[in-house]
Amino acid sequence: MKRLIYELTESFRIAFAQIRANKMRSALTALGVIIGIVAVTLMGTAIRGIDKGFQNSLSMLGDDILYVQKWPWGNVEDWWNYIGRPPIKPEMAGPLNTVIAQTPNSLLEVAVPVAGRGTTAKYGENKVSNVITFGTTAEYSRILNAEFKEGRFFNDTEDASGRPVCILGYDIAEALFQDRSALGEQMFLNGHPYLVIGVMAKQGSFLGLFSFDNQAVVPLESFRKSFGTRRGAELRVKIKDKTRLVEAKEELVGAMRRVRAQLPGERDNFSVNEQGAIKETLDPIKQGIAMAGLFITGLSLFVGAIGIMNITFVSVKERTKEIGTRKALGARRRTILLQFLIEAVSICLIGGLVGLSLTYGLVFVVGQAFPSFPVEFSISLVFVSMAVSVVVGILSGFAPAWGAARLDPVVALRYE
Amino acid sequence: MAPSLAPDLTGRVTRPAGSLVIDIADVSKLYKMGDEIIHALRGVTLEIRRNEYLAIMGPSGSGKSTLMNMLGCLDTPTAGRYLFNGKNVAHMADDELADIRNREIGFVFQTFNLLPRSTALANVELPLIYAGVPAHTRRERAAQTLTDVGLGDRMTHKPNELSGGQRQRVAIARALVNHPSIILADEPTGNLDSKTGVEIMELFEHLYDQGNTIIVVTHEEDIARHARRIVRLRDGLIESDGPAL
Ligand SMILES: Nc1ncnc2c1ncn2[C@@H]1O[C@H](COP(=O)(O)OP(=O)(O)O)[C@@H](O)[C@H]1O
Ligand SMILES: [Mg+2]
Repeated sequence: MKRLIYELTESFRIAFAQIRANKMRSALTALGVIIGIVAVTLMGTAIRGIDKGFQNSLSMLGDDILYVQKWPWGNVEDWWNYIGRPPIKPEMAGPLNTVIAQTPNSLLEVAVPVAGRGTTAKYGENKVSNVITFGTTAEYSRILNAEFKEGRFFNDTEDASGRPVCILGYDIAEALFQDRSALGEQMFLNGHPYLVIGVMAKQGSFLGLFSFDNQAVVPLESFRKSFGTRRGAELRVKIKDKTRLVEAKEELVGAMRRVRAQLPGERDNFSVNEQGAIKETLDPIKQGIAMAGLFITGLSLFVGAIGIMNITFVSVKERTKEIGTRKALGARRRTILLQFLIEAVSICLIGGLVGLSLTYGLVFVVGQAFPSFPVEFSISLVFVSMAVSVVVGILSGFAPAWGAARLDPVVALRYE
Repeated sequence: MAPSLAPDLTGRVTRPAGSLVIDIADVSKLYKMGDEIIHALRGVTLEIRRNEYLAIMGPSGSGKSTLMNMLGCLDTPTAGRYLFNGKNVAHMADDELADIRNREIGFVFQTFNLLPRSTALANVELPLIYAGVPAHTRRERAAQTLTDVGLGDRMTHKPNELSGGQRQRVAIARALVNHPSIILADEPTGNLDSKTGVEIMELFEHLYDQGNTIIVVTHEEDIARHARRIVRLRDGLIESDGPAL
């Protein structure tokens, strides 16, 4: 054991002397590893960034909100089981809230109806199409997890009397009113006049699919007057304790069955959705992207590994006589094997460290230049890439090092 | 007139031989070179005892180095028996042979074979590393051995900062440092000018006086006459074996 440690120490000393003596060659070889590590770690930061984007997007949906809808989220193969379901009516929010109120120790806080459709928003000459317009009650403010840029949500009176007021998403307000305040301005949703009483702060988009900043919220009664609610709606239910999501979901299913007067044994004719379901659908896609990305960038690391293998073969060839001498002095096979492995690993580690620093710099620069670009540098990345460097060194150095270890000492000594 | 390079043999002592170190019987070695089979050794029988100073002589290609490598456990015989300190070398695994070379044998090469990027001290320490000697003791012993061969003031020099004679002294220190049973030197003066060669042979003489067992391979009569016994090889066979005159 002691002997092994001494041998390892000597091997590291020799490895660094060797690298120093062949600076150019070592640098060029390390370059291959550097490029590989930069590619892989950049991909790693991008994947983490995307992952974080996913998380952010998901949390916009609210991790304490259950969605009662006709369709489940995610892929549906047996669509015929859902198509015949009765639509979810906004009016069901009332009975549902009654059931919730009657349930002792209910895990549910409040159910809010939300009806929606696409509209075109207009102010003067300015126009925004595909605005997602929601009609909901004043209680929506209780489940809203976003900040106001200016103004406020509508109140019970405005809600009950169906006043034509609206709250605009950030992007719409900006498109219609530019730098001016939108508060108190009269604008049009599909030609129906609405008074702006609030503007939401910027929230960003959900996976780039739809933007929360591209929404308008109006009182449900006004929505009914302007657009009708024939298309159905959804109920958003806030839960009290997000750590007991599963139980809350069970309670909600029971409550909905009561509201819908479903018979025991009858299948639910509604779906209770939550962000976790989206996560489950998206995770395989995300993983697929990650695998493909890492595979492609891994190829550049592979090229770097071939460089290491090549340089180790050269080093073994050049030092054949030295190997013979070492064997004559009592080096075992293991000693020689480790020596060349350590040389390969050392170059890889140097390459890995340089590559990692470059990635760190790039991520920093990108983060400064494009704050919204999803890149993220992490400590685990440091450990992973160092581990990868070591593994690459061992794998690519093994064949030449093994060859060196197995050299016949007499043949090695006679080598010129 | 050039100084005579013949050794001054007056007044030298021959120490009594000790226990048997090397015992080879009817050893032969074949090398295959493509279709051709080369008989480097054709049945050599030899006994070498502790405290001997032996020269192996013979023309180039007579099998001196082959015999030397065999004696040094770098190579194993194709046929025949080799007992080193009573143990049969043929039955040893690679690592066992490596350990024998490390502890029992000190090699000195014609081309010195020093590690170019290591200091004299680090070169001499190498066999001690393989022996598992702790750093502190290692340094002390290596430094002492270098001082013994007259290089106490050259320890931190790299081989390319030393003369040929000094390099060979470093190599001899490296061979000595682990207190081996025998020192094997294959043409140790072959790459040195005659004057330096004589100095190296004087160093061997000194080492012999101190109780080392030495085997020197050479094809020069003047060098061989430093030894107390001369074995002559020809075409892989022992031609003669007797005391040096
Ligand atoms: N590894 C080897 N492969 C093939 N032939 C060898 C090998 N080693 C030595 N020989 C041959 O064996 C014979 C003896 O060589 P060697 O022992 O080196 O002679 P010497 O040292 O006396 O000059 C020579 O003919 C040489 O060519
Ligand atoms: Mg020879």
